[in-house]
Amino acid sequence: MATTLAEKIWADHIVSSNPGEPDLLYIDLHLIHEVTSPQAFDGLRLAGRKVRRPDLTIATEDHNVPTLNIDKPIADPVSKLQVDTLRKNAAEFGVRIHSLGDVDQGIVHVVGPQLGITQPGMTIVCGDSHTSTHGAFGALAFGIGTSEVEHVLATQTLPLIRPKTMAINVEGKLKPGVTSKDIILAIIAKIGTGGGQGYVLEYRGSAIRELSMESRMTVCNMSIEAGARAGLIAPDEVTFEYLKAKPHAPKGADWDAAVAYWKTLQSDQGAKFDKEITINADDLEPFVTWGTNPGQGLPLNAKVPNPAEISDAEERGAAERALTYMGLTAGTPLKEIKVDTVFLGSCTNGRIEDLRQAAEVIKGKKINEKVRMLVVPGSARVRLQAEAEGLDKIYLDFGAEWRTAGCSMCLGMNPDQLTVGERAASTSNRNFEGRQGKGGRTHLVSPLVAAATAIRGTLSSPADL
Amino acid sequence: MDKYLTHTGTVLPLCRSNVDTDQIIPAVYLKRVTKSGFEDGLFGAWRNDPEFVLNKPEFSGATILVAGVDFGTGSSREHAVWALQNYGFKVVISSRFADIFRGNSQKAGLLTVVLPQEEVEAIWNAVEADPKTTVTVDLESKSVKYGDKKIAFEIDDYTRWRLMEGLDDIGLTMKKIDEVSAFEAKRASFKPKTLPALS
Repeated sequence: MATTLAEKIWADHIVSSNPGEPDLLYIDLHLIHEVTSPQAFDGLRLAGRKVRRPDLTIATEDHNVPTLNIDKPIADPVSKLQVDTLRKNAAEFGVRIHSLGDVDQGIVHVVGPQLGITQPGMTIVCGDSHTSTHGAFGALAFGIGTSEVEHVLATQTLPLIRPKTMAINVEGKLKPGVTSKDIILAIIAKIGTGGGQGYVLEYRGSAIRELSMESRMTVCNMSIEAGARAGLIAPDEVTFEYLKAKPHAPKGADWDAAVAYWKTLQSDQGAKFDKEITINADDLEPFVTWGTNPGQGLPLNAKVPNPAEISDAEERGAAERALTYMGLTAGTPLKEIKVDTVFLGSCTNGRIEDLRQAAEVIKGKKINEKVRMLVVPGSARVRLQAEAEGLDKIYLDFGAEWRTAGCSMCLGMNPDQLTVGERAASTSNRNFEGRQGKGGRTHLVSPLVAAATAIRGTLSSPADL
Repeated sequence: MDKYLTHTGTVLPLCRSNVDTDQIIPAVYLKRVTKSGFEDGLFGAWRNDPEFVLNKPEFSGATILVAGVDFGTGSSREHAVWALQNYGFKVVISSRFADIFRGNSQKAGLLTVVLPQEEVEAIWNAVEADPKTTVTVDLESKSVKYGDKKIAFEIDDYTRWRLMEGLDDIGLTMKKIDEVSAFEAKRASFKPKTLPALS
């Protein structure tokens, strides 16, 4: 029978399947960070359990860590305790950890792929909803809560109910200046923040095949913003090429066996998806959000919508609340919105390609005098690579701040936060109220739009320069 | 986990859609390393507004949260479930929940009940008319009851059984641990390992 990619990976990981029960699925890789793991390790200790497979587990410090002065102890004692707790737990349970200052430290979803431990056909989990990022390799990867973190630590499995499948066909060719961030923002605006609920999304079509691995990760990363726990892209030569030289990629005969298996990881011709939608890539423009959920987005050339023109009462109410929170007036062209801060970074857009793209736009220019710009590489290795290419110089000459790796202002758990009423153009993934700091206002954008906005001081694309 | 059969309490009507987990518990409150003490951060930003429903005396002591569509979107933080439980909530009712939030609730013993949007609104109306309206959520008969109304809800039999028996998932999986070992023996040799560390 013709099956989808998600169904194939699922079938390959069933440990036990009984009618009336969730399937018990084997987990190939468990990524851990400081915020969602301490209570899980406590649970193991209370029950006298061990980590079943430390060799399929890896930890790093990202959510809570400062991006300045990382050679000094973490100033916030509560953050410090949480990071210290992770270190203690990793040592006690024999889990590999990449701590602040380590060359392999960074945002967990940047670290996995760059180490090559993210590979096609795997099941990957982490106590973080953006685990969907790893789906770009054709892995079934999804975020879990702390109870599930404990379950995976103890058993290397999870009981799960099989999700439905949705194909998202992105056909055509992107115009210059339009990126994978714009693709995913347009998809979320189309299907809504709950549109993917209960589904695994599979991104397909000619525009997806054209994307680099890093751009594919941006798309899969934000599957959760459409309500889907996981998003997938079938592996191809682009995937294999990316993986080949990575430290943990299979070697020799294992490589050949792996590639032979990976090549089978495609949805069969005629496979039936529970739902299918199509997006025309030719029509896409740079996209920005205007509201307080990632589905409230529009092309940059549009105007702030008028809630009175929205027919659905629920959506109308949400739009009214969003405009009040965002301090926006209906009918204002989006390009006239002034921003205070530009944030370039996160697991969505903090990889080397993102830093290169934005640097290309700002090279030789000066930042708008009313704007501050934070550039936070997704990992220590991304930072070192960027510095080797001289990108740090470009950002510093421009007038931006060049920081060390972490989640930083994406969620404002560390000192990198917006203040009340401060407005940001951000390459991150969530524009929720207060997400980047209490009272802060977020517009989600691509790295190209972030860079152009830092120059002009209003939401802009490179074409406006 | 405590056994869960039925719960009767009053309602906090949260008439908003897309209540994401950053609103339920903002990131700055996530630094705790315990599962308790998160009640202070529940709806941390919204609570500054004295008009916010959680601050209204007529709803104090409510144990059933009834919210708009797409409750619990965003971050996978189980802290959102703990914050609701720490504050005293036993049940959340909405017309649609985000997958991860719902999964977390079911693991931690916070009952999430999906009702059609018009039934959610009917409860809001009843509570607006009388904030002391008591609602019973009965897991055994899979129904929500208040006044003379009885509304059936769906929940998969496995989760329902687990909640009613107060069973812990890890304990259940441990009974199948031999099957896990058998699966591991057959895994392909090219699958990556994190140890020894290569970089």
